[in-house]
Amino acid sequence: MSGPPRLSVRNIRKSFGTHEVLKGISLEARDGDVISLLGASGSGKSTFLRCINLLEIATEGEIFVDGEEIRMVKKGGHNQPASQKQVDHIRSELGMVFQSFNLWSHMTILQNVIEGPVHVLKRPRAECIAEAEALLEKVGIVDKRHAYPAHLSGGQQQRAAIARALAMKPKAMLFDEPTSALDPELVGEVLRVMRALAEEGMTMLVVTHEMSFARNVSNRVVFMREGVVDSAGAPQDMFGSGASPAFRQFIGHFGQA
Amino acid sequence: MTSLQLLGFGPGGWGALLLLGALITLAVTATALAIGAVLGALVASMKLSRNLPLAAIGHAYTTVFRGVPELLIIYLIYFGGSSAVTAIGQALGYEGFLGLPSFLAGALAVGIISGAYQAEVYRGAYLAIAPGELEAALAVGMSRRLRLRRIVMPQVIRFAIPGLGNVWQLSLKDSALISVTGLAELMRTSQVAAGSTRQYFLFYIVGGSLYLILTSLSDRIFRRAERQADRSQSVAMIGRG
Ligand SMILES: Nc1ncnc2c1ncn2[C@@H]1O[C@H](COP(=O)(O)OP(=O)(O)OP(=O)(O)O)[C@@H](O)[C@H]1O
Ligand SMILES: [Mg+2]
Repeated sequence: MSGPPRLSVRNIRKSFGTHEVLKGISLEARDGDVISLLGASGSGKSTFLRCINLLEIATEGEIFVDGEEIRMVKKGGHNQPASQKQVDHIRSELGMVFQSFNLWSHMTILQNVIEGPVHVLKRPRAECIAEAEALLEKVGIVDKRHAYPAHLSGGQQQRAAIARALAMKPKAMLFDEPTSALDPELVGEVLRVMRALAEEGMTMLVVTHEMSFARNVSNRVVFMREGVVDSAGAPQDMFGSGASPAFRQFIGHFGQA
Repeated sequence: MTSLQLLGFGPGGWGALLLLGALITLAVTATALAIGAVLGALVASMKLSRNLPLAAIGHAYTTVFRGVPELLIIYLIYFGGSSAVTAIGQALGYEGFLGLPSFLAGALAVGIISGAYQAEVYRGAYLAIAPGELEAALAVGMSRRLRLRRIVMPQVIRFAIPGLGNVWQLSLKDSALISVTGLAELMRTSQVAAGSTRQYFLFYIVGGSLYLILTSLSDRIFRRAERQADRSQSVAMIGRG
C-alpha cells in the first residue's frame, strides 16, 4: 500500500494522576489492516483506543490520522489539543464502537444513523437516509429502522451502532470489546458483521477477547501488558510457536493452545 | 341573592371576576414558570459546572430560595422593588411612591422560587443522561453546541417533564400568595368576593375548587406530555397508563 498509514501512533503515554496506564505505545495501521488488541483487564486497551480518538488526551506522544498530525500544546506539563475544531474533525473521521453500544435513546435507529452525516458532516438529509437504509440492510436490521434502541436486542443495538459509525464513512474503525456485553448467542451476529467489514477492506482496530476473531479475521495481533506492547505479529506467528511466554499464558486462560 | 346568582354572570354575580381571577392566576404562573425556566437552566448549569465558585453560587441560590418562605420573597421583590423604583424616580425628580406592577413583581418572585426548584429538576435530568450517549456524541465529532442541541436538550426535557409538572403545581399554589400585593388573581378575587358578600364559605369553597380544576387539568397535560416523551423508552413503560 502507498500513501500515509491510516493511523499512526507514536510513543503514547497516559497517566491518571500518578498512575501511568500507558507507558509508551506505538502502532501503525495501513489501509485494510485489521488489528486485534489483546490483553488482560486493566492492561490499558480501552485507554489506548480512547486516546486515539481523543476521548482521553495522551500525556505524551503523537497521533497521525491519514497523515494529519493531531496538534498538541503543552499546558502545565500536560498535552492539550491545540484546536478543538481539529479534535472534532479527527473524531468524525474515526468510527468508534463501544462495548455498551451507546445509541442515542431518544432517537430511532434510522435517526441514530443519519445524525452524524446530517448534523456533523452537513450532508443532504435524503441522501443520508438512503445510505443509512443501505447500511442497516447490510447489518441486517433495516426492518428495525423506525424502532427505538430500547426495543432492540443487544446484538441488534450493536449492529446499529456499527451502522452509525459506518455512516460517517470513517477512515478507520475503533472497536472496544464490541461483543463483551452481549449474551453468548448474540455474539455471532455482531462478529459476522465485523468480519464482512474486514473483508471489504475497512481498517479496523479491535479490542477483543474473541480469540477466534483475533486468529481468523485480523491480520495482526497486538498483545498489551501493563501499559506496553508485550508482543505483536501476524496471528499465525502469535498463536503459533512465536508467542511470548506472557501471551502464551494469556491465551491459556481462553482454553487455546 | 341566591348562591347561584352570586356565582353567576348577571348583575351582582361574581362569575366573570372569578373566571378572570383564574385566568390571571394561570397567566402569572405561566410567566413565573418561564422566568424560572431561564433561571433554573442557568443555575443548574452552574451547579453542574466544574468551576467551583460558579457551582457554589448555584448551590447558594437553590438553598436560599427553597429555604426562605415564599411570602418573604414576594414582599422583598414587591416592596423592595417598589422602593428601589421610587428611589430611582426621586433621583429623576419625581416625588412620591412608585409601585412595581404587581403582576410583574409577583411573576418575578414566584419565578425566582420556581427557578430554584427547576434547577434541581434540570440538574437531575442532566445527570440521568447515560454518560455513554454523551461519549458517543463526542466520538462522532459533534461540537459542544451540537451536542447540547441534539443530545443533551431533548433528553433533559424528556427527563424533566415529571419534575416540571410538580414545579408547576407548586408555583400555581405559590401564586396565591401574590394576592398580598393586590393583584386580582384567583385568591384575591375569592377574598374580595367573600368579604363583600359575607359569603365566606361559598367563595372560599368555589375558589378552592377552581384551584383544583386548574391543578388537575394541568396534571393531565403534563401526564400526556410525559407519555409522549416516553415513547422512546422501554415497551413496559409504553404500556403504562
Ligand atoms: N478515567 C480514569 N481515571 C482513573 N483511572 C483510570 C481511568 N480510566 C482507566 N483507568 C485505569 O487505567 C487502567 C487501564 O484501564 P483500561 O480501561 O484502559 O483497561 P482495559 O485493558 O481496557 O481493561 P478491560 O479489559 O477491563 O476493559 C486501569 O487500572 C484503570 O483503573
Ligand atoms: Mg476496556
